[in-house]
Amino acid sequence: MCARKRAESDAEASPAADPTAPGAQTARTVLDGPEIQRALTRIAHEVLERTKGAHDVTLLGIPSRGVPLARRLAERVEQVEGRAVPWGSLDITMYRDDLRLAPARALGRTEIPPQGVDGRVVVLVDDVLFSGRTVRAALDALNDIGRPRAVQLAILVDRGHRELPIRADYVGKNLPTSLRESVDVRLAELDGRDAVLLGPARPRPGEEDDR
Amino acid sequence: MRHLLSTGDLSRDEATLVLDTAAELAQVSGRSVKKLPTLRGRTVVNLFYEDSTRTRTSFELAAKRLSADVINFSAKGSSVSKGESLKDTALTLQAMGADGVVVRHPASGAAHRLAGWVDGAVLNAGDGTHEHPTQALLDAYTMRARTGRVEGLRVAVVGDVLHSRVARSNVLLLHTLGAEVTLVAPPTLMPVSVHTWPCAVSYDLDAVLPKTDVVMLLRVQAERMQNAFFPTAREYSRRYGLDRDRLARLPDHAIVMHPGPMVRGMEISAEVADSARSTISEQVANGVSVRMAALYLLLGGS
Repeated sequence: MCARKRAESDAEASPAADPTAPGAQTARTVLDGPEIQRALTRIAHEVLERTKGAHDVTLLGIPSRGVPLARRLAERVEQVEGRAVPWGSLDITMYRDDLRLAPARALGRTEIPPQGVDGRVVVLVDDVLFSGRTVRAALDALNDIGRPRAVQLAILVDRGHRELPIRADYVGKNLPTSLRESVDVRLAELDGRDAVLLGPARPRPGEEDDR
Repeated sequence: MRHLLSTGDLSRDEATLVLDTAAELAQVSGRSVKKLPTLRGRTVVNLFYEDSTRTRTSFELAAKRLSADVINFSAKGSSVSKGESLKDTALTLQAMGADGVVVRHPASGAAHRLAGWVDGAVLNAGDGTHEHPTQALLDAYTMRARTGRVEGLRVAVVGDVLHSRVARSNVLLLHTLGAEVTLVAPPTLMPVSVHTWPCAVSYDLDAVLPKTDVVMLLRVQAERMQNAFFPTAREYSRRYGLDRDRLARLPDHAIVMHPGPMVRGMEISAEVADSARSTISEQVANGVSVRMAALYLLLGGS
């Protein structure tokens, strides 16, 4: 309940992969690889439970880090139920409300599984839930693609500070943060290792990645 | 990137960004709701001093798919016929708050001049015999979509190079993207300065065809010709037109492109234009996606 970050000073990530990111030495690991795996396994079970077997579930990851998470969730659901769950990606760049605050951004990929989204239970998947503006944009993007029966939201880390009335249905970890902190999710598919890092805030020129 | 005036201004990364963005935006054309909210509240003016069907409708459709407001302005039936200059027309549009101006003009360099007068982004939709950057981008996009790459492609651009803005834009862009371009034309239809362009030159189409992955045919622009550049249309067609026999000389994987409007029987035979290797209608479809990408990248950010 009271989701305090555990004082795990020993869990300083796997020594193999070097973060190589700026400010990496000051960032603290709040979730390590195995913990991320366990959180995803739990979320997969929760999805199965809530949707009564995930018969008409489609998982859509929000680029960039939501996409590998959606794929991993789909794999886990398939391991448990022995049935494939369609998954894809939904880029929200063109629907952002802060496009004019920064130079035009490169687009991510949108790949909707062949079943489409009409009449299905779409579970949006992203790495961090912050302001809620990305999810708002994703709901708009989804609206232009079709009409799902229901939309749910799965999140690896909920860091609070919502600016819109949006909540997650499945949360990997609640992580109370200060606005002066930043949350970085690293995933093996994109960054070479799994970790969630808590560090000092990056400067936010036009809010480079507000979630 | 503030304006799109010449493909020579684009770095390889910028050009690739336009093509990648277009590839994502192409999906929108296949959806039931063919619209994105990205340019809501922005105004795009189509300023056309020359006749155009393809380019103007393509830009209009692209801007509308991005939810921009579009104003079409053609020289016929406007104050231009009363003697208003390009600059005064531009300042009028400026005062009306145009965020982007798509301009086609018979004078080379018109888009460049316009960029100095207005605050919004200027997109060159063809200026005289100078450049037509979005056409070159959609050609490169089509090559990439059909053959999977642009780098290393051997491209022959055949026809009226002298009067062609498409040829110049394509040479500059394809060179940036790593393709090898050969211009093929009668000596009279080759620009004087062509040796300074980053491409090869040939006067013999039959020799070039077997070593070609992409043939791009250009229309002979009779409306820009004050002199006789070749004896007869029939002779031109015999030596530089692509017909069935010449098509057979191409490698099996080669594709045939044409920026349009084409004159069947002159630079291209009807049979070739309708063959499966012709990408002409694909080019038109891709044009909308590429122009959406250009509008998004120029007007979508801060």
